[in-house]
Amino acid sequence: MEGSFLELTKLTALMAAEKIRKREISVIELTNAYLARIDELNGAIGAYITVCAEQALRQAESVQKKLDGRENILPLAGIPAGIKDNICTRDVKTTCASKMLDNFFPPYDAAVIEKLSESNVVILGKLNMDEFAMGSSNENSWYMPVKNPWDHERVPGGSSGGAAAAVASHMSCFALGSDTGGSIRQPASFCGVVGLKPTYGAVSRFGLIAFASSLDQIGPITRDVADCALVMNVIAGHDPLDSTSVDIEYPDYTTFLKNDVKGLKIGLPKEYFGSGLHEEVKAKILDAAKAYESYGAIIEEISLPFTEYAIPAYYIISSAEASSNLARYDGIKYGYRAKEYSDIIDLYKKTRSEGFGTEVKRRIMLGTYALSSGYYDAYYKKALKVRRLIFEDFQKAYQKVDVILGPTSPVTAFKIGEKTANPLEMYLSDVYTVSVNIAGLCAISLPCGFDSKGLPVGMQLIGKPFDEGTLIRAAYTYESNTGKSGVTNCGI
Amino acid sequence: MAITKEDIERLADLARLNLTPEEIEKLTGDMETIINYSMNKLNELNTDDVQPMEHVLPVRNVFREDICEQSFDREDILKNAPEKAEGCFLVPKVVE
Repeated sequence: MEGSFLELTKLTALMAAEKIRKREISVIELTNAYLARIDELNGAIGAYITVCAEQALRQAESVQKKLDGRENILPLAGIPAGIKDNICTRDVKTTCASKMLDNFFPPYDAAVIEKLSESNVVILGKLNMDEFAMGSSNENSWYMPVKNPWDHERVPGGSSGGAAAAVASHMSCFALGSDTGGSIRQPASFCGVVGLKPTYGAVSRFGLIAFASSLDQIGPITRDVADCALVMNVIAGHDPLDSTSVDIEYPDYTTFLKNDVKGLKIGLPKEYFGSGLHEEVKAKILDAAKAYESYGAIIEEISLPFTEYAIPAYYIISSAEASSNLARYDGIKYGYRAKEYSDIIDLYKKTRSEGFGTEVKRRIMLGTYALSSGYYDAYYKKALKVRRLIFEDFQKAYQKVDVILGPTSPVTAFKIGEKTANPLEMYLSDVYTVSVNIAGLCAISLPCGFDSKGLPVGMQLIGKPFDEGTLIRAAYTYESNTGKSGVTNCGI
Repeated sequence: MAITKEDIERLADLARLNLTPEEIEKLTGDMETIINYSMNKLNELNTDDVQPMEHVLPVRNVFREDICEQSFDREDILKNAPEKAEGCFLVPKVVE
């Protein structure tokens, strides 16, 4: 029994869906296999905050009933998935990994959850994360830190650490994460899985609990590139309930699953290969560039001169937006409320001080500082001006190249506790990912080998706005030629 | 630029946070490090002629027809309230 369960959870969404269509396995069997896997491993990894076993099985039964006797079955029907715990799920606790929302049961589903349900995806539970998505190591969860499935003494990355760890350790077939400054891509790279941050406006943020609204996007974390395309087909699209959702035609992303990059112009930004980049990571990325050349792509060195300004601009803008967004947690309508207070202001202050963790308080304070009178122009407005310079950097680069290749993170997974003492050092590790959010672009992280410790290395492909298709084609080409180096052998 | 404990206390009040003396101590140092790093870096650039960019998209207000539609049930919305009474959110007295 154990053996066959393990086999089922090894299947990608594409493979499992095929078996469901051919009636070789039932949705209930597949769901049970994942629930057993979660039972076995979640205690050690800590990927899930909430497991919805009963609900998942009920959903599995109802999906199976719908599929029985039907020919035309949606591509992801019956596939069990995990959801980052900042995406609202109706009547299922949604915590943002914060004490503040430990008792919050949303009265509605996020737009992406509605779409998954319409596609007959089975929801296994809610995935651990850094509190309110603030962090790069998943050590900021109020519940427990997530362990990297490849080495339990190391972090899975963050903030979607639970999502990446669950996919890597086969506790979910795929997952939805969110990415404000690298929170899908960096954990995907640390855990050896594929993570896509869609173009700003491509996926509805309705029901995504806001961190920094001008930067946040929901995206897929998957075992391989084909699954990434399948999930994008479900979640991308215009939503009238999100005023920043872009109303254009979204392609069928599976049509880009082609092993062909002939003539594709790939830029290597020289600023992404400077000091700070670990030598072993650098070697893997340069190997990947050579591989692309051998598949017929044209590799060109480019420059993104404002790269070094992305981190300071990002932390000012994101903290400013966060301090405003998180003002809503006041203990009145939902969430935590302090037990004793003298008046309304005291209620606000005690609620917020007891409900938020250290990193969240730090970001709120930074944002409050940047937005406070006397500093607004010098800090916040300055950062917004630099945002435009970074945006234009990419516009210029895309006049020369089709896609940009570089590392996802300067290092592989670091040890739990290694960077917690120094917040600035932790922030600086987001150097290659934040620019993408600042400029609203799309980017994918995919596995490209291992370092000498056996830890996964991720490479990042950055695309033009709404050009996820080219990212999928380039990523698929690499994966098809090199084999999947990630999840298949994480050893557990 | 130096950030003082008084700055941190003033900001905490604006942000509606009570901080312990240890938190104030730690935040004073952290904020000074982060803000000095960020501003020294950004101030290397002359941005006098650059327009601030709040959003990457040309965001504009999205209007819809003003039509009555089914909304949430009151009970659904009140279900998460820390305290409620008679179909309302219960708060401490705010007017004398």
